[in-house]
Amino acid sequence: MTRELFHKALKDLEDELLKMSGMVSEALNSAMTALEKRDMALSEKVVKNDIHINQKRFDIEERCIRLIATQQPMAVDLRILAAVINVITDLERIGDHSEGIAKISLSIGNAPLVKPLVDLPVMAGKADSMLKRCMAAFVARDIDTARRICNEDDDVDALYDAIYSELVMLMVGNPKIIKDATYLIWAAHNLERTADRVTNIAERVVYMVTGKMEEMNVSKY
Amino acid sequence: MNDNNNHNDKIIIKGLNFYYGSKQALYNVTIAVKENEVTALIGPSGCGKTTFLRCLNRMHDLYAGNRYEGEIILDNANILDKGLDLIKLRSKIGMVFQKPTPFPMSVFDNIAFGLKLNGISKKSELAALVEKALKDSALWDEIKDRLNESALSLSGGQQQRLCIARAIAVQPDVILMDEPCSALDPVATAKIEDMMTELKRNYTVVIVTHNMQQAARVSEWTGFFMMGEVKEFDKTQKIFTTPSNQMTEDYITGRFG
Repeated sequence: MTRELFHKALKDLEDELLKMSGMVSEALNSAMTALEKRDMALSEKVVKNDIHINQKRFDIEERCIRLIATQQPMAVDLRILAAVINVITDLERIGDHSEGIAKISLSIGNAPLVKPLVDLPVMAGKADSMLKRCMAAFVARDIDTARRICNEDDDVDALYDAIYSELVMLMVGNPKIIKDATYLIWAAHNLERTADRVTNIAERVVYMVTGKMEEMNVSKY
Repeated sequence: MNDNNNHNDKIIIKGLNFYYGSKQALYNVTIAVKENEVTALIGPSGCGKTTFLRCLNRMHDLYAGNRYEGEIILDNANILDKGLDLIKLRSKIGMVFQKPTPFPMSVFDNIAFGLKLNGISKKSELAALVEKALKDSALWDEIKDRLNESALSLSGGQQQRLCIARAIAVQPDVILMDEPCSALDPVATAKIEDMMTELKRNYTVVIVTHNMQQAARVSEWTGFFMMGEVKEFDKTQKIFTTPSNQMTEDYITGRFG
């Protein structure tokens, strides 16, 4: 190994990326817990903490730019940096989706939910699992797992369809709940988009390893 | 970088082996140098890239005991053939070295030297060709008023461009460059790199460089040499983003070298 400092800096960069994905995962889980348990303080905390995710994204981006400017990375090193710059954009957006769910929870306020949450937590659990395994695939350079994760987006889309249909039926039956039911559709939409973002990250894992840009699973939404 | 893939093969190297006496330095090198494009040769010190470059104009013939095997086809003829006219070959394939090598004479005479060797003696013709060579090497505007001054009074970067002007004055087909910027500052380097982009309109360029960023900037094709073999030869864009060979990847990312 002749460029030890550079390669250590790349390793540190990946550590920071994992920290950021941890922050995003926590935001997602907290936003869902707050929605289910009607915990306003926790929703507010998710909204407030989004700024830290955004800041982390800028920090990592700056590190990438500094390494590109000072180290002239080539081949796989260049692909790692290109991948990281893209992944942090998707992570930051997942953070925004979580913040969106927290804001929806705050908008619903103290009113009871129009129905007990069943599929939404399942959807959130799937999206979070996809994210965690995708980041593990990033670290392990595991393109098979990355490809599989992209296919799982179909399951999340199917859950979104089910939630949407169920809530529309409820609204048809009781127009008074249209506003609060629509909030839940928005929450589901945020989760659906979260899973789409994870497939983007999976595509970057494949790019980083193979150098090929592939659209691996086009979401129906 | 240029993705144009339509250029013809200018030099075809087939199964080239080269020996310094009993020591083999190149093993079965088989590549094609494309016409009007820049081909960069990279690899760690002692890998054979300069040895290969010097095969292309038979520079090794200057020392006894050196031996070539295989073929280097230029314009349908094998330049390794024994009866080849080396003077003619080197007027077709010019060379620029690592350090500027101006002759201790005026700027004008440096360039006119090769032209006179090629039988051009008419003053007006010489003047026109000197001017053209200096313009092609992006030096004319800087030194048009200093043509009678000693070439040794020029800066390092100007001297190197003068050497390029000297090489192109005799209208070669191919220009070989052996680390042409390694002794130059970044500004002079940038001028020579820009000039290469212009030069390839009329010439085929082969450059040996230790500076991988330079190879990436100036060339369309890159060959990675290692222990006398070409481990990978491909489009420059491919080599520096997704090389096929793990050794190339390890070398250009600094994991060995």
